[in-house]
Amino acid sequence: MVTPMQANAAAISEQRERNKESDAMSEVEAVQAPRPELARVAQSGPTAIPKTAAKARVTARDVNVYYGDNHALKHVDIDIYKNEVVAFIGPSGCGKSTFLRCINRMNDVIDGCRVTGEINLDGHDIYARDIDVVQLRARVGMVFQKPNPFPKSIYDNIAYGPRIHGLASGKDALDEMVESSLRRAGLWNEVKDRLRQPGTGLSGGQQQRLCIARAIAVNPEVILMDEPCSALDPIATAKIEELIDELRENFTIVIVTHSMQQAARVSQRTAFFHLGNLVEWGETEQIFTTPNDERTQGYITGRFG
Amino acid sequence: MNSEHIVKAFDEELQRLNAVVLRMGGIAEAQLAGAIEALVKRDSDLAQKVVAGDEAIDQMDIELDDNAVRTLALRQPMANDLREVIAALKISGDLERIGDYAKNVAKRTLALNQLAPHDAARSIPRMAKLVQAIIKDVLDAYAKHDANRAIDVWHRDEEVDEMYTALFRELLTYMMEDPRNITPCTHLLFIAKNIERIGDHATNIAETTHYLSTGKRIGGGRPKGDLSSFQVVNPADAGED
Repeated sequence: MVTPMQANAAAISEQRERNKESDAMSEVEAVQAPRPELARVAQSGPTAIPKTAAKARVTARDVNVYYGDNHALKHVDIDIYKNEVVAFIGPSGCGKSTFLRCINRMNDVIDGCRVTGEINLDGHDIYARDIDVVQLRARVGMVFQKPNPFPKSIYDNIAYGPRIHGLASGKDALDEMVESSLRRAGLWNEVKDRLRQPGTGLSGGQQQRLCIARAIAVNPEVILMDEPCSALDPIATAKIEELIDELRENFTIVIVTHSMQQAARVSQRTAFFHLGNLVEWGETEQIFTTPNDERTQGYITGRFG
Repeated sequence: MNSEHIVKAFDEELQRLNAVVLRMGGIAEAQLAGAIEALVKRDSDLAQKVVAGDEAIDQMDIELDDNAVRTLALRQPMANDLREVIAALKISGDLERIGDYAKNVAKRTLALNQLAPHDAARSIPRMAKLVQAIIKDVLDAYAKHDANRAIDVWHRDEEVDEMYTALFRELLTYMMEDPRNITPCTHLLFIAKNIERIGDHATNIAETTHYLSTGKRIGGGRPKGDLSSFQVVNPADAGED
């Protein structure tokens, strides 16, 4: 039997083979680039999800995900409020990354993956027929486990998103967006003198902050992070965690993490997934001091998982 | 090397724990001072205020407990940070007891004020003054994480114990002289014991402060001067004073 993780990994690597581009580009392009098959729809002006000034709230109701016949995620109901950090924790294969990828429809690129139920961003169902997925992925950005800067200059890494979405009115505006994103990601001082150098020349921690800057350059409302620190040393991790604390003021952040300690440090609310079920979710302090469910307690105290 | 944590929120949480401990300490000092003044001046109103004032310390103890548990769960503190949180927990427990004893002194004062004034009441403020100085110095030592100052304070408890032993004998003597002294002297005995216990808790705080700064316990046994458990006063000796 193939686990969801294996099915997922296989699907993504197949996709990469087909694209025949660098890993970085294909993964992130799926998030940010216009898809040719949707071009027609985009031109005819689909109902883009209106960007309201109100809460960037994500709600999920009875979400199920199937990889072929495998029922990987079961009846998930959860609310994610504006300007908070929510952590998804759980053992390997529990469905947390699967659910994360539902929020910006990354699961669309996986063959055989079927999503049912409702996921709303600001009250609008993101799986509605007339949704522009490209726009969705600009409003719900993503940062991956292994830092994956484009094989371009630092400047172009950040400028790519705004360019293709037509967000900058000219070179000056673009320069300003690049600087602002790098500042907000806490990277500006370290790279301001070498913006034309390749992004791949940075250290691991810097590359990850570059990827975060890239995600925020298109002014998302929600940032999804899939184990963003697992490839980083403790100091680089601490810097990212402090960055997440600062970003919370302007963005809503959902972070999948293998480290319960990180979830405890970084989030205001935590959701525990197990075997495809959302077992429990609530205030982080409550989850880690007095969890309601035995399974939650068993996992966080290291009795299983 | 006292640099800040990379994650600022961590620093804020530790500082909050510190601040609550010091606030509790301040209130405990004020409570003891109020209780002694109420005793000396036979001021029942002040005594009532002190009794009511203990509630604040109890609340802060609960608040600190909650914050400490939260910090342990959410930050996983290590090394000196861990000792910081543990020390705050222990010291708040000691301060809460000091507050309770001060309240008990005030309660007994209310009883005493219904009886005629008694000479023995004059010895008590001297003992209290000693203890008040110890509390002040130990809180200073905690605020500055000063291990040497903590050791200094730790030694002074012996003097308090010796005063208590002497007071014990004195009160027994009064009670044997005249049965009418028994009621007031019994209250005074309890009051003296309460103050002696306050001194012990302040000494605990000194030990915790030393551990907080150095990670080590103060070596050797605590010098014990409280010999009241062994005191026997014979009626023949009673008539001498």
